[in-house]
Amino acid sequence: MSMNEPLRPSAPPPQVGPPPQVGREKQTCLSGTGVTKLFGFGRTKTLAVDHVDFNFHEGEVISIVGESGSGKTTLAKMLLGLISVTEGDIYFQGQKRDISSSRKKQEYWKNIQAIFQDPFSSYNIFSKIDDVLLDCIRMRGGQRLPKEEKVKLMTEACSFVNLKFAELTNKYPFELSGGQMQRLMIARIFLLKPKILIADEPTSMIDACSRATILDYLMKLRDEVGMTLIFITHDIGLAYYVSDTVFIMEKGKFVESGSADAVILTPQQPYTKRLLNDVPKIYEEWDLSTV
Amino acid sequence: MGKVMLEVNDLTTKYITRYNEDVYAVDHVSLQVEEGKTLGIAGESGCGKSTLALSLMGYYFPPLYYTGGEIIIDGRSISGMKPDDVRRTILGTEIAYIPQAAMNALNPTRRVINFIEDVILAHDPTENKKFIYELARASFETLGLPPEVLQKYPVELSGGMKQRTVIAVSVILRPKVLIADEPSSALDVTSQKMVIKMLKNLMETGFIKSMIFITHELPLLYNVTDDIMVMYAGQIVERASAREAVFDPLHPYSKGLMGSIIVPESGLRDVKLTAIPGAPPNLKNPPAGCRFAERCKYVRAECRYTNVALYDAGPGRAYRCILSEKVLRDCYEHERAIAA
Repeated sequence: MSMNEPLRPSAPPPQVGPPPQVGREKQTCLSGTGVTKLFGFGRTKTLAVDHVDFNFHEGEVISIVGESGSGKTTLAKMLLGLISVTEGDIYFQGQKRDISSSRKKQEYWKNIQAIFQDPFSSYNIFSKIDDVLLDCIRMRGGQRLPKEEKVKLMTEACSFVNLKFAELTNKYPFELSGGQMQRLMIARIFLLKPKILIADEPTSMIDACSRATILDYLMKLRDEVGMTLIFITHDIGLAYYVSDTVFIMEKGKFVESGSADAVILTPQQPYTKRLLNDVPKIYEEWDLSTV
Repeated sequence: MGKVMLEVNDLTTKYITRYNEDVYAVDHVSLQVEEGKTLGIAGESGCGKSTLALSLMGYYFPPLYYTGGEIIIDGRSISGMKPDDVRRTILGTEIAYIPQAAMNALNPTRRVINFIEDVILAHDPTENKKFIYELARASFETLGLPPEVLQKYPVELSGGMKQRTVIAVSVILRPKVLIADEPSSALDVTSQKMVIKMLKNLMETGFIKSMIFITHELPLLYNVTDDIMVMYAGQIVERASAREAVFDPLHPYSKGLMGSIIVPESGLRDVKLTAIPGAPPNLKNPPAGCRFAERCKYVRAECRYTNVALYDAGPGRAYRCILSEKVLRDCYEHERAIAA
């Protein structure tokens, strides 16, 4: 991608794999056509996301995999409505997404939520854990519930991720460990019950050993709430483990997509092959000669 | 059996907190690394992996204190040496250390060649700069790094290149042992592979004679090392060859760790990842008996008060558990049967 390249409707990427087989008959919940993000202007123009099309089905687990700088987080932010879309449209449940006013945005965020990479910077350091959780109850329209009811809801959410609300109440998020903070994030999602959850590298700052716990809770939550889960990750092994459908992203474009088994076990594109080749494995020989 | 490059006997070191409490982060650790071999150290965060790496250098500064044990590098004991002597005669030439996030430690106002000059002049202040430049150039060429890098500032280099430069600087005096603490954890997979390739190359080109490699990424550890040592709460809980440690672990903690491996290979989706519940104990007052008892699935009453020693289980193999090898294997077999 050159810096001075004009913004043009791009030709479809070469040989994109067959459309996802899994859940084809299922309802589409989030889709996009020609979604593009352009940062900067003039000489510093950077095309971060380049005319991507996608169709995410309800209840599916989707992974978007790519190296650093491939545009996956930018795409996630556009889906969340945190940054504007330069070109193209995003459709939510078949309708064109409208987040032009803050009230409409609030409404949209009831349906789509996110967990970010760094749990340490995800919280407002001035608000207590109670406020974080009460905010979610308010967002679901529970602000008029009696106090006992609210405490019950919060206790239930905390115990879902194996935390004890009685020990957390009146504490600040920074008093928790990284793994606990990330679990509290999941408790938030449990209260909100969104239709879509975007998990942007949810386990990359956590010890490899606690990773299984976080993934477990996310999958349990998906079964409980029946939501669509979109993983953004650079860890192709993780993507393979959790997802039904995998999208491989290179320089702002989807180069390969399809069911997890098809993409990971029989990759077609050289980029996917390279990504897979670079990951250390335990059953196959790790070929060090190809760098 | 090759020549032993690094031998450590009963090394114990502690941190003294500001409330004057003793925290024994490395507790009676013994290990041996032979010439041409790589020893891997695995464990969760907070198990003492990095403290062990610091302690192995014999260069202690507060709040880390040495309390006992012996470190022998190539037949020469370095325990009890003054810190300044260690710095001038041992670090860099006998043992070198690449700390975690080493690439962020480069001073942005100096060129790469200046770091190399610092290392060499600390050992021999009479060396002239032209000689140092020629040596650095030759070394960089052998290591596959472009010599132009020597004249660059750290900000001009990419993350992977910075990390490889740091490694090159630390082995310029050809140390006998290299300790690499998470050398590739901040890099993406492609840069990681380049760093690993370079580390493996160091041994072949004779820059180092043996290596200790620390990481919590188990597939990486398996690919890089010959032997693996699993640490838990400052102690060694298992020692085995890399293959045995990954495919046939004995200690329940190692077994738990190996249950969290994620690799993009067929068969991964059929197994369920397992996590070890709970967190490592606070080492300010470690539990009596087995330190893993609190989180162990197979815990027995006597685990909580018996002081468990490291049992020998064949050549190069040891584990710290009161259950016999057979009982442990039966437990795992039983569990596997239930899962299937």
